[in-house]
Amino acid sequence: MSTRPEFQRTVLHDADIARALTRIAHEILESNRGPDDLILLGIPTRGVTLAHRLAALIERFAGAPVAVGALDVTMYRDDLAKHPTRTPQPTQIPAGGIDGKVVVLVDDVLFSGRSIRAALDALNDIGRPAAVRLAILVDRGHRELPIRPDFVGKNLPSARSERVNVRLSEVDGAADEVSIESPVASDVAASDIAASNTGAPETDGGEAR
Amino acid sequence: MRHLLDTRTLAREDAIRILDVAEDMADTQSREVKKLPTLRGKTVVNLFFEDSTRTRISFEAAAKRLSADVINFAAKGSSVSKGESLQDTAQTLQAMGADAVVIRHSASGAPRTLATSGWIEAGVVNAGDGTHEHPTQALLDAFTMRKRRYGADSRGRDLAGFRVAVVGDILHSRVARSNVWLLHTLGADITLVAPPTLLPQDISAWPVTVRYDLDKAIAEEPHALMMLRIQLERMNASYFPSEREYSRRWGLDARRLAGLPDGTIVMHPGPMNRGLEICAEAADSPRSTVLEQVKAGVSVRMAVLYLLLTGQNTATTEEER
Repeated sequence: MSTRPEFQRTVLHDADIARALTRIAHEILESNRGPDDLILLGIPTRGVTLAHRLAALIERFAGAPVAVGALDVTMYRDDLAKHPTRTPQPTQIPAGGIDGKVVVLVDDVLFSGRSIRAALDALNDIGRPAAVRLAILVDRGHRELPIRPDFVGKNLPSARSERVNVRLSEVDGAADEVSIESPVASDVAASDIAASNTGAPETDGGEAR
Repeated sequence: MRHLLDTRTLAREDAIRILDVAEDMADTQSREVKKLPTLRGKTVVNLFFEDSTRTRISFEAAAKRLSADVINFAAKGSSVSKGESLQDTAQTLQAMGADAVVIRHSASGAPRTLATSGWIEAGVVNAGDGTHEHPTQALLDAFTMRKRRYGADSRGRDLAGFRVAVVGDILHSRVARSNVWLLHTLGADITLVAPPTLLPQDISAWPVTVRYDLDKAIAEEPHALMMLRIQLERMNASYFPSEREYSRRWGLDARRLAGLPDGTIVMHPGPMNRGLEICAEAADSPRSTVLEQVKAGVSVRMAVLYLLLTGQNTATTEEER
């Protein structure tokens, strides 16, 4: 992270990320009609950080603590044979379990949707929540499965060849930032942009749905 | 990681990785649904040329919890008793599409032969070969020590400064050998305690201290006391005068148990000869980690099968979120 590649541009600064999380926290409270029975489960690594931040915000707005944990999906992935071995991360389910609760899955980037498919399978082995919602900081499109987020920080049309990097101060030790990195700028053909693929029409500034 | 053949050549980072993944596997074993879909469609063959119940069912449980298909191949009553060679057995398994072979063999080096011969493409896990090594046993022992020492804060840690005394039949013990190499790699200090007749001839190259007197070893305040099983089936020569004499001098009896420092754990790879190398009070005391070791065995073997059967070892990629 010390040397910045040439074709990297910042799309969200720390203040943008803070605003997006504040809005998502309000939206979660609104759709759930309060903080009751909510459990935020982050998908490691940065999803867990985001889940804790959201939990703190919800507690501040609603005046009641909300359960937060981590859900590792490594063992449920469908691409284990096609990629280098992944090291699993801890799963922490809040005491009391998830049965009958409203679970909000939290992740940093939504891409193919396969992590979320794996997360839904993992949840199935842990209990039976009343409902499962999905909160995402950045939706970059290119879905490969019929999965759609309920709460989005920012819709970010991207090319498949690009990389979306999320930096969070707790994990990366640097200021919060979302940046997009292209291998070679000219490679990104207009037709490759996934604007029509995000599953939701874009509103002003690509925010909110 | 392609194979797990020994702990002598196992790098520190790989050892810690196996133990860390085992922590995650252990976490899933407290859930209501213990089965993970991870190795669906993979076939694990337990190829056991020597009798074993514990190790085999531990590997079987580990593979099944990861949704792999398990084929148990015991040499007794099989084509091996009709004179089939290791090569022909291996090629048969290859033709059947085995993805991993867990092998126990009376000949030291049989797993390495299987892994390097080209007879079979499957990953090979050594489940005990002759008097050579038994790497998953050492890994589960290290896992248990780390857990007792650091509790929930175990991930990423080694065993630096941890003092382990391994007591008993070092000569015939592959468990002792695997533990010596692994614990040394993880930074522990190892003392071997045995009658001179039950030590290998030349262990000057081993990173250990040798004591012939158990009471002196206990006086040095080990954090863990690992009692090895006296394998009565191997005691055909005169290694010690009598079982009673062995028990009195090298067994963990009630008197020695009472004299152990606070916090010293008592380990045993099982099955135990109660009253010979370990007394019933020691085996059933809160110091005893025997059942924790069995539990750790399943987690560690799940971790090994996971690391062997998925991808190759490089950093996690950003793709496919």
